[in-house]
Amino acid sequence: MGKLTWAAIPFDQPIQMAASVLVVVAIAAILALVTSKGWWPYVWREWITSVDHKRIGVMYVLLGLVMLVRGFIDAIMMRSQLAIAARGAQGYLPPEHYNQIFSSHGTIMIFFVAMPFVIGLMNLVLPLQLGIRDVAFPTLNSVSLWLTAAGVLLVNLSLVVGEFARTGWLAYPPLSELAYSPGVGVDYYLWALQISGVGTLLTGINFTTTILKLRAPGMGYSQMPIFCWTALASSLLIIAAFPILTATFAMLLLDRYLGFHFFTNDLSGNAMMYVNLIWAWGHPEVYILILPAFGVFSEVIATFSGKPIFGYRSMVIATMAICVLSFMVWLHHFFTMGAGADVNSFFGIMTMIIAVPTGVKVFNWLFTLYGGRIRFNVPVYWALGFMVTFVIGGMTGVLMAVPPADFVLHNSLFLVAHFHNVIIGGVLFGAFAGYTYWFPKAFGFTLDERLGKAVFWCWFIGFYLAFMPLYALGLMGATRRMQHYADAGWQPLMLVALVGAVVILAGLALTILQLVISIRTRERRRDLTGDPWDGRTLEWSTSSPPPPWNFARLPQVQGIDAYWEVKHRRKESTAASAEGQLEAIWVPKSSAIGFVTAFFAVVMGFALIWHIWWMAAAGLAGIVLGALVHAWRVEGEVEIPVETLAALESARPEPGAAT
Amino acid sequence: MSALDVTDAPELLRDDEVPLSRRGPAATRDVVAFGFWLFLLSDIVIFATLFAGYAVLSGQTAGGPTGVQLFDRGRVLLETACLLTSSLTCGLCALSCVQRNTAATYLWGAVTFLLGASFIALEFSEFARLIAQGAGPTRSAFLSAFFSLVGTHGLHVTLGLGWLMVMMAQVTTLGFRPMIIRRLLCFSLFWHTLDIVWIGVFTIVYLGAR
Repeated sequence: MGKLTWAAIPFDQPIQMAASVLVVVAIAAILALVTSKGWWPYVWREWITSVDHKRIGVMYVLLGLVMLVRGFIDAIMMRSQLAIAARGAQGYLPPEHYNQIFSSHGTIMIFFVAMPFVIGLMNLVLPLQLGIRDVAFPTLNSVSLWLTAAGVLLVNLSLVVGEFARTGWLAYPPLSELAYSPGVGVDYYLWALQISGVGTLLTGINFTTTILKLRAPGMGYSQMPIFCWTALASSLLIIAAFPILTATFAMLLLDRYLGFHFFTNDLSGNAMMYVNLIWAWGHPEVYILILPAFGVFSEVIATFSGKPIFGYRSMVIATMAICVLSFMVWLHHFFTMGAGADVNSFFGIMTMIIAVPTGVKVFNWLFTLYGGRIRFNVPVYWALGFMVTFVIGGMTGVLMAVPPADFVLHNSLFLVAHFHNVIIGGVLFGAFAGYTYWFPKAFGFTLDERLGKAVFWCWFIGFYLAFMPLYALGLMGATRRMQHYADAGWQPLMLVALVGAVVILAGLALTILQLVISIRTRERRRDLTGDPWDGRTLEWSTSSPPPPWNFARLPQVQGIDAYWEVKHRRKESTAASAEGQLEAIWVPKSSAIGFVTAFFAVVMGFALIWHIWWMAAAGLAGIVLGALVHAWRVEGEVEIPVETLAALESARPEPGAAT
Repeated sequence: MSALDVTDAPELLRDDEVPLSRRGPAATRDVVAFGFWLFLLSDIVIFATLFAGYAVLSGQTAGGPTGVQLFDRGRVLLETACLLTSSLTCGLCALSCVQRNTAATYLWGAVTFLLGASFIALEFSEFARLIAQGAGPTRSAFLSAFFSLVGTHGLHVTLGLGWLMVMMAQVTTLGFRPMIIRRLLCFSLFWHTLDIVWIGVFTIVYLGAR
């Protein structure tokens, strides 16, 4: 069995062992529940093999939420370690374990929390906002989801079998080379991200094709909602950036598995090439995450202000400008490489320039709010919290864009505070805003408002308590990734940061409570109109949850805020407008190919990590065979007859009846 | 027309006057081809990364052999001839497929396969020769980058050969239905892309060898 022996199970590590047992028991309990209730046929038919973009979106978001808990456990372990490991104290986490924790925290939070959350929201909303019935390639969409889940499974497997990387979330060589990381940790990292990376790339291709080729009649580019524009920018970045990640990881894998010398210390390898390549992907990646969040805030602010978004054109131009500029700033992650004053100046100035379109967006949101009749629902809380927090994070970013300042702040806790400032304050707040805003669309009932506000305040206050001290600590000289420190003067601020993490923990607990209570009281909070927020865009024009085909008739679009115009036209004229004839619809059939491919991808990945070559070959053969069987599938669609459509249509209230 | 009256939008009246971007969802054929173009672009980014790596490492021979000492340009010219000709025959195969000419599709498909396989055989023997004389990928960073770039291209051609065989089997069993024609056209796009990448490899790696 290759390198795999019983020694791979961490029996001697009480913390890891307890966590492993807990995870295994939890999974067993869920599987037992599904089995005992006889839910398997339903779960298989309606979820696992579903190619419906809404179902896939929901599963992505669920994956992100579960992994948020996992990543947060890592975070609170680090914060509590640093709260006690001052002066001579070593805390409770030995260095080799601490190194795994910060590596898995970063890896999980970016790849398996932020990415699934953002991609999930795009999946759920894009086709609805574009007024179409599904994404361009529905079955491929299912493959993407399950490949992402395969990556998640491999990362979590490392907790139970073997170890995770100790090399930080980007696994810089030469530390990540075989000579210095001979264990399986880096291999878990690489294979998990290679497999999920393929899924992400396919998503980027799928969404770009959807947005550029499939829009409702009448929806030209300048009639697309802002969220669709930001999703387009994000998808284009995925297509251009993720292959760089794949190729770079492939080079590191060749170094580790076949003795190549891309990044090794000997035989002329060049480790700095890895750092350049990884950030050529890594910087666009942060915009892949933040741009859709900007889109969510644009939708939320326009809807709850009761106004069209201010400066639509400037918003679109700013989005696309960020999309292009994001490829020209990567070197600011390592000014200290020593590329020289001219190169550093160029990248410093480019970094400052990219703040300009972002500033344009902030002013557009402010001017949208200005003079609006703002309704203070939960999504607006997240949006306002974002605007304050993100501006602070942006300013510290511009500060670090100055190379001399960066030489002081590089790899300090100031940097850690900065990127959490923009990722929590931007991406995570955006994800929660979108989650609350579109939840009723996905499930047909709203989330509890009071608990939602409590969740927001916990995250908002918790964030400031946890990360403002890190700015100060960074200026005092504290570096990132340290397991203990000598200066007792740092401890009070470390304790404040721990308190912040505990407040965020309360926010996470309240998120789960909010979900449970909202489900229990769902009959009271049903959204019968499909339009609970008095929305402006097309997703609110269909029922909640929408039928599998989204729209019985494709909407005809005339401007931005297509649905808003429809509602107001209806109010003005009492005569019912003439409805076109219903026509039968073809919807894509469910398919197990996504799940099957991901299953064999896990088999192959696990086998490669542990050098079990026969099993790797079997996994690869499974993937190829599955693809071949799928290639001979002739009937890909089922017909929905007119009668079914007509019955559902007549049961729905008129658009705008709610307002 | 669900909600908006046509008379409010005179520009929507005549199909040929509606801008292309506002005519509603595109036909499946266009959607599939466009999606595949995007995939090819992403594939080209992979090659771009490998080219960048090669450019950085091409002089890093660690005291080992350089490109000029190793490469046999005559053989590479032959490889190039095989691949470029196969692009022509692949185009003829795609044309026969659009005309639903079964015999011609098989014929040009087979010629394409043979030329592609010869390319792979020549490349494989070149790699074997280099490794035998101690100039394998583990010798230096330059050779790591060389084997990765050229090998990734070779892997693509090999996968393309597999795909071509599957497509011939699909033509036999499923006939020229739209799905099959779409796939064959995607294959031909893929094959031409590999040609373009090879021209880059030939120019930068072999002609540019120092």
